[in-house]
Amino acid sequence: MADELLFGLYIFVLAAFVGYQVITRVPPLLHTPLMSGTNAISGISLVGSLVAAGAHYNTVSTVLGLIAVTCATINVVGGFMITDRMLKMFKRREGDPS
Amino acid sequence: MRTFLIQVAYLAASVLFILGLRGLSSPETARRGNLLAAMGMLLAIVGTLFHKDIISYEWIIVGMVIGSAIGAAMAIFMPMTAMPERIALSHSFGGLAAALVGVSEYYRHAGELGAVKMTAIGFEVLLGALTFTGSLMAFGKLQGLITGVPVTYRFQNSSNISLLMISLGIIGYMIFVPSQHVLFYLMLVLGFLIGVLLVLPIGGADMPVVISLLNSYAGLAAAATGFVLSNNILIISGALDGASGFLLSVIMSKAMNRSFTNVVFGAFGSVAETAPQRRGRPPGG
Repeated sequence: MADELLFGLYIFVLAAFVGYQVITRVPPLLHTPLMSGTNAISGISLVGSLVAAGAHYNTVSTVLGLIAVTCATINVVGGFMITDRMLKMFKRREGDPS
Repeated sequence: MRTFLIQVAYLAASVLFILGLRGLSSPETARRGNLLAAMGMLLAIVGTLFHKDIISYEWIIVGMVIGSAIGAAMAIFMPMTAMPERIALSHSFGGLAAALVGVSEYYRHAGELGAVKMTAIGFEVLLGALTFTGSLMAFGKLQGLITGVPVTYRFQNSSNISLLMISLGIIGYMIFVPSQHVLFYLMLVLGFLIGVLLVLPIGGADMPVVISLLNSYAGLAAAATGFVLSNNILIISGALDGASGFLLSVIMSKAMNRSFTNVVFGAFGSVAETAPQRRGRPPGG
């Protein structure tokens, strides 16, 4: 179990560094779309809810899982669609991106 | 073999998330970046559907259909001017989902949780709960449902910090005595309460910074879920999201000429002063 924890922590720390590095030079123009995009990615908790909803551990878990799947899907679908809509508008308005 | 394929799907999804985030931080590639991230999410979901514990799909389908309908409706009908509100609302759903998965896992294993899983569940539930109510508060303030003026009172920071300390204390205690159901649900309630109290003193103009910070919390909650379920994609995307959300809120408060610590820890400085000045600037100026 200690191995598993250590492995998880490795992944966590390295991924956090990547997350920090990739967006360091984001221009102000893209602050809101990026916020919306990372919001969509945070809907990844859908993965956890899917297992809870589909596994039939017990009634309470299934009900909680169903609600969680619904909520997380709203986050994912809404997040990606709105980010795309936002970026589409950007393209039209600003002829040349700064 | 099945586990191997799931892991391959997760690995590909992680790469797509990273490429997507990088794409999103530059104007030329932003739209493609968003598409890549969406493809990553699709891969992660499809991979998870083959998880060995999932034995029936009816509730999954029901939840995903309802969720997609609401999410799509929100994306299509929400006016473009109400963007931060939309993000905040969508956030509250993500936070609630994380908290509920945590409660479900706790309910299932209550007595027999090891130290690592108990800690992870604790953080997942606490962060998920405070993201939920915090985002709802942010939504309410931006929408004008709650007053956008910062609400302050004496000992605000110290009482908030004590509440947080109590919650962390409960998690610490439960590592040794995981079967304390009452304490667990008390911590859930405290999480909800802390979310409300954290956003209460923050003015409307600073809200985007807070929303981005809540984004970071939602990411950390997802990462904690990953530790609970031993699921790498949750840990990776949670960490990506936690770090980028945090950095983005720091960058944003700098761009608005606001001190990040002030935004988070108190309603110093006049909010009304900064707001019109920001609106006057042309977009992308």
